[in-house]
Amino acid sequence: MKRTLSKTSINGFINYGIVIAAFLILQLLMAQGMISNTLKSLLVPVCCYIVMAISLNLTVGILGELSLGHAGFMSLGAFSGIVAAMAMQEFSPVPRLIAAILVGSIAGALGGVLVGVPVLRLQGDYLAIVTLAFGEIIRNIIVVLYVGLDQKGIHITTNSAGPALEEGGIMVIKGPMGAVGVPKLASFTAGFVLILITLFVVQNLVNSRAGRAIMALRDNRIAAESVGIHVTKYKLMAFVISAALAGAAGALFGLNYSSTVSSKFGFNTSILILVFVVLGGLGSIRGSIISAALLYILPEMLRGFEFITKARMLIYAVILIAVMLTINNPALKSLLEERDLSLGGLLGKLKNGGRAKKGGAGQ
Amino acid sequence: MKRFAAVLLAALMVFAMAACGGNANQQSSTPGGDAGNSTPGGGNDTPAPAGTVTIKVGGIGPLTGDLAQYGTATEWGAQVAVDEINALNGPVRLEYDFQDDTGVAETGVAAYNTLKDWDVDVIYGTTTTAPCIAVASETFADRYFQLTPSASSPDVTANKDNAFQMCFTDPGQGIAAANYMKDNNLGTKIGVIYNNGDAYSTGIAQAFADKAKELGLDVVATQTFPADTTTDYTVQLSACKDAGADLVFLPIYYTPASLILAQAKQMSYAPVFFGADGMDGMLDMQGFDKSLAEGLMLMTPFNASATDSRTATFVESYKKLSGGVIPNQFAADGYDCMYAIYEACCQIEGVGEMDHSQLCDALIALFTGGTFKVDGLTGTGMTWLQSGEISKAPVVVKVENGAYVNA
Repeated sequence: MKRTLSKTSINGFINYGIVIAAFLILQLLMAQGMISNTLKSLLVPVCCYIVMAISLNLTVGILGELSLGHAGFMSLGAFSGIVAAMAMQEFSPVPRLIAAILVGSIAGALGGVLVGVPVLRLQGDYLAIVTLAFGEIIRNIIVVLYVGLDQKGIHITTNSAGPALEEGGIMVIKGPMGAVGVPKLASFTAGFVLILITLFVVQNLVNSRAGRAIMALRDNRIAAESVGIHVTKYKLMAFVISAALAGAAGALFGLNYSSTVSSKFGFNTSILILVFVVLGGLGSIRGSIISAALLYILPEMLRGFEFITKARMLIYAVILIAVMLTINNPALKSLLEERDLSLGGLLGKLKNGGRAKKGGAGQ
Repeated sequence: MKRFAAVLLAALMVFAMAACGGNANQQSSTPGGDAGNSTPGGGNDTPAPAGTVTIKVGGIGPLTGDLAQYGTATEWGAQVAVDEINALNGPVRLEYDFQDDTGVAETGVAAYNTLKDWDVDVIYGTTTTAPCIAVASETFADRYFQLTPSASSPDVTANKDNAFQMCFTDPGQGIAAANYMKDNNLGTKIGVIYNNGDAYSTGIAQAFADKAKELGLDVVATQTFPADTTTDYTVQLSACKDAGADLVFLPIYYTPASLILAQAKQMSYAPVFFGADGMDGMLDMQGFDKSLAEGLMLMTPFNASATDSRTATFVESYKKLSGGVIPNQFAADGYDCMYAIYEACCQIEGVGEMDHSQLCDALIALFTGGTFKVDGLTGTGMTWLQSGEISKAPVVVKVENGAYVNA
């Protein structure tokens, strides 16, 4: 047992190591001026999507419930974070950012509780449908929401004329126009720290008593219940933590652009994050980090080649399908696993990571 | 083994990122060079005579996704102008690149940074409002001059001296519509149907409602729908009909509007329909029964069936480029943007020695100086206000026998 545990913690440290090494190397390259503007502009969103992928992996890979509304939590975090940052005009950027991320994660968590309590009684397809609907509800609510700030505080209305504001008041969220004039507070360092916090939270949860209970629920609900594991409690715990992390990522994302519209956080974004998680390997944290980073940068990399600029989204889709088929091909998998050093073997390992961990945690 | 695997993967990841960066750098250093360099730009253009200044214009707009039709129109419209300008062999040549933003702010910013890696001088775009606001705040910080053909929200230019618009602002259109209705006594009772999930539509409708109240117009029904993918408008139309509206204002895009016209006919409701510039393009929709649009009034700065030689040449070249598609006002605004940039650059002394921020300041001074006027397809003698908003006369047209006539 001791050996298994130390193996999982080594695994966890490797994840921290990858993230820290990538951060340091990128900082070094940036100091040398060796990084293009394109890549620089992608660093913060990549951090956000990595956090999104890790947190969705908690729901999908570790809790084993399919959620299609993850972008809804991101949206809650983004807009509440923006309102918080705008309300703290007189503070300096760093405390504003921290407060916004905290507010974003609280909003995400509240959303998680709100959805989780009634919905986690459902399973499988039904849960997927309800979470999908939740994501759409959030989007449609924010589209008609008008939020203004003045001396007296925050004013919220659904009237398209907007709330009546005092002299000097500002509109923060303007219905379908979204949030505009948002200060750019997010930074790569903040994104890096957020990834580390996410890793810390998720990895420690997975390796704790609660995490083992969560995984037991995934593997066999009836057996887990029979040994006295409280189903609703542990399911809700995983779901709410996942939603809170998504809210934090959303707040960081919202504060990286001067305009954010709610239609951005629709069904497509939820699916995009799910694609990161599935291609990285269900249950594999490291897989989520790597696939989110690579797959987010990929369409932008494809811009660089003159002849495929026009068809880059098509090529992106083809690459996704190719990766999916390759890592699922049993013949290829066994062939590559014989040569343990090859990339394919690594991918196979990543894919099997979740399953291996499953076994490890049970011991 | 696992440790080794992880290190290898980390290295791969960083390598991939660095490769991406390196690639972009390489691309930016190959063709053209920056302003002041007399090397000719694109491959199929005629070589430039010595002493010509090349200005790199980088366009951004949606080429994929739901909004691709608008992005492609602005891309091609500008392309027609760039080809014409470079054939003039004038003192300034334009080198043109257009990047896809899928109509999303985050991709827009990434596209803008790709253009920065290409050593862009002037930003043309973005086509849609949400990415335009995000990109404009970046160009404002980086000091690039930005001219958008079609992002019509006042937020695009708000608090940014470097962002200018070629199109009317949304509130501007709403106010113009209300004024026009009042001046021409178009209707006694007015109904409004708009898309409350869309910034463009909501922006016009809000300003229209305020102005209508001020002018004493009788708005009897205001109806909304949530997205352009809605297909059934009988509820909204019935509400207008029951309220007795004899004029229905539709500040929406032409796809939903075409359905509204068809469904109004089915329920034999025949008020005067009045649209904004998003309505332009309806007559060229595939499979659209033009008789439905008979009597439709809309505000559009551009009429593709106009007979003046400049419009005719533009439509001809555009159709060649697009494979037979007739240009709409998005394309015409794009065309005018390129001429505005070209004519401005021709007027600036020593444009060849300027970097992008000096060029930005010079262009701002020229555009807001009051003497700079541009004649284009969407207006003559167009000037810009300090705010970045354009000042040109709104034109209301009416559909008669399947074509626009000036109302």
